[in-house]
Amino acid sequence: MNMIPPRNAQDAAYNFAYLDEATKRMIRRAILKALAIPGHQIPFGAREMPLPYGWGTGGIQVTAAILGPRDVLKVIDQGADDTTNAVSIRAFFARVAGIATTTHTAEATIIQTRHRIPERPLREGQVMVFQVPMPEPLFKLEPRLAETRRLHALGDYSLAQVKLYEDIAHQGEAGSAYNHPVMVGGRYLMSPSPIPGFDNPKLHNSPAIMLFGAGREKKIYAVPPYTTVESLDFDDHPFKPMRAPHACSACGSATSYLDEIIADDQGGRIYVCSDTDHCGENQGR
Amino acid sequence: MYVAVKGGEAAIEAAHAWLAERRRGDAALPALTPRQIEQQLGLAVDRVMAEGSCHDRGLAALAIQQARGDLIEAAFLLRAYRNTLSRFAACEPVDTGAMRVERRISATYKDLPGGQVLGPTFDYTHRLLDFTLAAEGHAPQEAEAAQPTMPRVTELLAREGLMARDAPDDGTPPPDLTRDPLPFPTPRPLRLQSLARGDEGFLLGLGYSTQRGYGNAHPFVAELRMGAVEVMLAPAELGFAISIGDITVTECQMVNQFAGSAETPPQFTRGYGLAMGHGERRAMAMALVDRALMAAELGEEATAPAQDAEFVLLHADNVEATGFVEHLKLPHHVDFQSELEKLRSIRAAWESQA
Amino acid sequence: MSAALLEACGLHLRFGAVRALDDVALEIHPGEVVAIVGESGSGKSTLLRVLAGHVPAQAGRVLYRDAAGDAQEIGALSEAAKRRLMRSEWGFVHQNARDGLRMGISAGGNIGERLMSAGTRNYTEIRTAAADWMARVEMDPARIDEAPRNFSGGMQQRLQIARCLVTQPRLVFMDEPTGGLDVSVQARLLDLIRGLVAELGLAVFFVTHDIAAARLLAHRIIVMRHGRIVEEGLADRVLDDPRHAYTQLLVASVLSA
Repeated sequence: MNMIPPRNAQDAAYNFAYLDEATKRMIRRAILKALAIPGHQIPFGAREMPLPYGWGTGGIQVTAAILGPRDVLKVIDQGADDTTNAVSIRAFFARVAGIATTTHTAEATIIQTRHRIPERPLREGQVMVFQVPMPEPLFKLEPRLAETRRLHALGDYSLAQVKLYEDIAHQGEAGSAYNHPVMVGGRYLMSPSPIPGFDNPKLHNSPAIMLFGAGREKKIYAVPPYTTVESLDFDDHPFKPMRAPHACSACGSATSYLDEIIADDQGGRIYVCSDTDHCGENQGR
Repeated sequence: MYVAVKGGEAAIEAAHAWLAERRRGDAALPALTPRQIEQQLGLAVDRVMAEGSCHDRGLAALAIQQARGDLIEAAFLLRAYRNTLSRFAACEPVDTGAMRVERRISATYKDLPGGQVLGPTFDYTHRLLDFTLAAEGHAPQEAEAAQPTMPRVTELLAREGLMARDAPDDGTPPPDLTRDPLPFPTPRPLRLQSLARGDEGFLLGLGYSTQRGYGNAHPFVAELRMGAVEVMLAPAELGFAISIGDITVTECQMVNQFAGSAETPPQFTRGYGLAMGHGERRAMAMALVDRALMAAELGEEATAPAQDAEFVLLHADNVEATGFVEHLKLPHHVDFQSELEKLRSIRAAWESQA
Repeated sequence: MSAALLEACGLHLRFGAVRALDDVALEIHPGEVVAIVGESGSGKSTLLRVLAGHVPAQAGRVLYRDAAGDAQEIGALSEAAKRRLMRSEWGFVHQNARDGLRMGISAGGNIGERLMSAGTRNYTEIRTAAADWMARVEMDPARIDEAPRNFSGGMQQRLQIARCLVTQPRLVFMDEPTGGLDVSVQARLLDLIRGLVAELGLAVFFVTHDIAAARLLAHRIIVMRHGRIVEEGLADRVLDDPRHAYTQLLVASVLSA
């Protein structure tokens, strides 16, 4: 379990991790700026990658920029290592970087993810790389980038708070089931990427580094370790993480985030951990 | 007991094998070659070069073959390849004034120095399917291109003081859209770069909208020219520019009305379009949208979608657009699950109050 | 700076050849209501926009004495400072309610926005304040969750007023607040404004072409023509004893109320 997984064979036709060194340097500079200003979006010169925009190019560019030969990479999508896009991205890095890959959260040094944070608590030295479709937390309320830039500069987030007020007034609770905006370091409003609200608390005071890459929108942002991250709410209507009120059919966990599976033609349902590695560990595999 | 679904890797491999079969099609037929595509589907190649931001006919043709004819997929392939190439120099701006013209028309003047040269155009064809092509028709005659002097129409207008001139080149290198993210507000060089590689359909729709009243500026085609221009590069060792080859481009200059302001008298303004290869539709649409996007600078009220720079520039790139639109096919069940739970929770509250 | 709340001097603004503001100077004191009257094209709306910091003048300056007693030059304020000012000590009521409201947000949300902007984080507190203010502007608090697009023009204006007043501003700018409304609706709205102004001790600049409204609400009247101030003084004096030929014309052309 504690052995470092073997490295793959790197395809010699490409530079290590595909990107040229100048591009990596440009991305790293953006990452450093992002870490220095937690939650603030840093523009960067995103490149077309061999996977389409919207399919993780931001996350891939961040991972490519920070990847080293001794890193161990885990890639998940919807919490699972075996979903098609996770498989595709993991295979991409195995081929162009030759680094070791793993499905075990505990073994990974870099975890690239789409839409989930692993259930297992992260530790110092681990880096989460999030794939982000829309980095701007206010985009549904104000699509113009010039205007939202000004709002961030002025720290003026009344729009988001008003939207929250409206949700509570009309439906009794906050409307965003996923991608619920968070306040980082008490200063910048940030989109945590489309993770379920259930995962938001994992961002708060984490020992790991959280990096967010939006390739198509060309923005990078970050949360350094042990940073305050608070979901937007009201004092008398605090943010409530939600999960299906069931236990996992495979491992019995009553605390992990669950996928709902339609089991038969009559619409019968069972619930299974979304985090496949976690579920496997619980089952003793 | 439920066993989690596995096999993503095998599924992807099988999908790729099937794709390769489909690409080849009926094995009894001769396989296409990129050379055939480059020669006989030249306009498709031109579009892919323009939207791929890379002038290489052979590569564009290969991309079209690999993409099974999906031109946006082909443009994406070419863009991704472009990013692996190292950039060691920038050439001089191409001099379209010195173009070896194959086609040049002006709608603003009936006749002008250099004349109206029709070139190889669909404009006056009757759109009747030509079945002789299916029966392997004869090769067309290559017309000898006469080249009298062809001054720019916009230059003729500028000399009379009726058209504003663009600011002269002060030598600062232009910003590069493929290296740095787009800032807002966006300076004109970047707007033009963005339009030059924007989706032809999107630009066409926007250009069309300006003609129908959404930000109309009464356009005329001052000049449309298509032909070969030399690409000049000045290597540091030589200290002077040399020609490294030529490429075909299409250039369109549109003339539009302008009311004038406190500082400037009323005069014509120009919309500019430039496309790799023979791309008239693209160049013309680009010129219309270019002019529409000048609204803010000219102090005009910007009310129409084509005048909204953020709207136009952020949605013109079809490689970005297709990626994001099609990413909806990716699994979203985790987010959907949270929506399900939220809706159930809200409904429970609603029902308990009813 | 004098004891004035807001003071402007030497204001100039040209659009091409047209002088929208030609050497305009004025001031307003706490609790004072000043009407700026004139026909279309007189420059009155431009003047309001310049005083309110929406548009910069090409010459001259506008000084505001804030709650702390400091003189602030509006043209020199950072955007952050100006925004803060506009959401706390100032209010602006637009002629068209659509410009001053979020049409897709509920009445409660519209009123509560300023409070949320100022940092209030208690939902109940915000909602109570919103309902309270709706009552004060004579709206039915039961409609707190409805969007303004369902309200009549008069109600939209009341909502705009409530939205401005919720943070107890000291100075409010109004641009033809009753324009486009029915005569009877106008009268009630003017009554409401008059009551609130007196109750809250607000200073108000309001622009109008309606002399009757000016007489009803204003302590002082400023008459504008072609970008210049041609006459000013106490409301009754200006309307009963107009000195400038243009003012005389204006007053005479209005049928007595």
